[in-house]
Amino acid sequence: MTATAPPRNAPEAGPDSGKSAGRGRLRPRIPARLRQGGLPYLLLLPAVLLELLIHIVPMVFGILISFKSLTLFYIRNWSTAPWSGFDNYKIAVKIHQPIGQALLHSFWVTLEFTVLSVGLSWLIGTAAAILMQESFRGRAVMRAIFLIPYALPVYATVITWTFMFQQNTGLVNHVLHDQLHLTSDKSFWLIGSNSFWALVIVSVWKSWPFAFLALMAGLQNIPRELYEAAAMDGAGVWQQIRKITMPSLRPVNQVLVLVLFLWTFNDFNTPFVLFGPSAPHQADLISIHIYQSSFITWNFGEGSAMSVLLLLFLLLVTAVYLLITSRKRGDADA
Amino acid sequence: MPRFPTQPSPMAQPKSFIWTRRIVLTLLLVFVLIPVYVMLSSSLKSLSDVQGSFQWIPTHITVKPYVDIWKTIPLAHYFVNSLIVSVSATLLSVAVAIFASYGVSRYRFAGRRVFTVTVLSTQMFPGILFLLPLYLIFVNIGNSTGITLNGSRLGLIITYLTFSLPFSIWMLVGYFDSIPRDLDEAAKVDGCGPMGALFRVVVPAAIPGIVAVCVYAFMTAWGEVLFASVMTNESTRTLAVGLREYATQNDVYWNQVMAASLVVSVPVVAGFLLLQRYLVAGLTAGAVK
Repeated sequence: MTATAPPRNAPEAGPDSGKSAGRGRLRPRIPARLRQGGLPYLLLLPAVLLELLIHIVPMVFGILISFKSLTLFYIRNWSTAPWSGFDNYKIAVKIHQPIGQALLHSFWVTLEFTVLSVGLSWLIGTAAAILMQESFRGRAVMRAIFLIPYALPVYATVITWTFMFQQNTGLVNHVLHDQLHLTSDKSFWLIGSNSFWALVIVSVWKSWPFAFLALMAGLQNIPRELYEAAAMDGAGVWQQIRKITMPSLRPVNQVLVLVLFLWTFNDFNTPFVLFGPSAPHQADLISIHIYQSSFITWNFGEGSAMSVLLLLFLLLVTAVYLLITSRKRGDADA
Repeated sequence: MPRFPTQPSPMAQPKSFIWTRRIVLTLLLVFVLIPVYVMLSSSLKSLSDVQGSFQWIPTHITVKPYVDIWKTIPLAHYFVNSLIVSVSATLLSVAVAIFASYGVSRYRFAGRRVFTVTVLSTQMFPGILFLLPLYLIFVNIGNSTGITLNGSRLGLIITYLTFSLPFSIWMLVGYFDSIPRDLDEAAKVDGCGPMGALFRVVVPAAIPGIVAVCVYAFMTAWGEVLFASVMTNESTRTLAVGLREYATQNDVYWNQVMAASLVVSVPVVAGFLLLQRYLVAGLTAGAVK
């Protein structure tokens, strides 16, 4: 739930950092206002200390314990846990053994879930943002309503979905079975294969407003003259959307899709509130899986090894994604 | 927020567009509002009504669930816990972030890139990555020094910084960048030091942004489940974990769950809607360049 920053990253960081490095080398040319010596470091000190405390140290620590055989027995005194080399990793990637198999299964479920949820959220967010680009009556109210799923606390909304998905007392079965007679029995939604779809629905409900918000902001930056010129040339509204709106949104989309992906892939809150601590096999997302491997079985070494693998995967995806999309953008600009 | 609200649209909107808009937006409204309606209507039903088949319209309306929620579980206590933890994490991270963001936005120095990249990337990492080591560190600190972090509010606040601090820094850098440097220069000419420029000029100019970051950080902390589910005990439990307690061995008090969900949501939604303008403006400032 943390990846919510306004997307403003890599493409901007590149040239900018080059500049700063150049300035560092040519000291005499630094303007007077920048010649502040230690001041910037002093300003950053509290943040750096906290970053060390909450991110860097735990990460190093996490990597260390992934090489230890750290079970319940050693939790109160971690340093005495025996080193186990790559054993935890070997167990995690042995796909024919139960633990490795379950991890791989969870990985595929998460990937499938993420692609579906991000795809649908993006699609709905884009549609809503484009349809609401021009003002009409009720637009402001509607925009406020659309932000509700994003604003409400996860545990309050997702628990409502849990109630709606109850087999005998829920709204979903009431509509599908009692009112529309689409199903012959009241189906289970929170266990079995339906649980995957329940999870996708809730996730989309919760994430599309973020796509909507980011894209609404992006739409405001498209110069009006573009549309005017296109209208003069006789382009209809649908053509304008295809030829002007969508290409102009590409930079926003580049970051938005990545953020949504990371967010959804790492999502813990939604499945945890929807299903409780033990998710059904068909909806066993990776965060929940690691959580269970660690806190239910108290095997922290194994859990840490899985976390490190997850991190490596996310870094790889992010790097490849940024490489591909930046190159595409470069081509388009050239 | 149309840019030119009075101008007629250059997009001559054909019927097909208007009908698509009506249909799609109506469906979306229904999708978004159904859970809200369920929350509201079920919170006004009696326990026997929510235990039977679902009814769209409550047959007997009662406000009893709103009275009972405070007695079934110590909801007020959890509310206070959530409030303390969320407010502290928000204020602490925004305070630290104001200095850091000013440094990043106004100065060029060695290590600036390393800092910004670290801040950006850590907020993309899964929370579970930090949860395990932090839990172990807390347990072991408690074991060797007697300082209880695991299960304490302070411990939870520290873990909440893992997401609120990088987010606050990242957003505030965007805001500070959007404030013209000429303003600080003018202040310095008038005899302000760098700190004077920060507090007399930059911070006042960035108030909408700072407020938006505060609201956002607060909302994220208020809704956090992962750390809260591990790092709290009976006396420090927050709403995120506490709401589960309406489910007992025999019964789930769904009407009370819904009433409580609504109660814990109202303050956040009210704040969010009030500040919507700031938030959208804030995202715009950061998101699209």
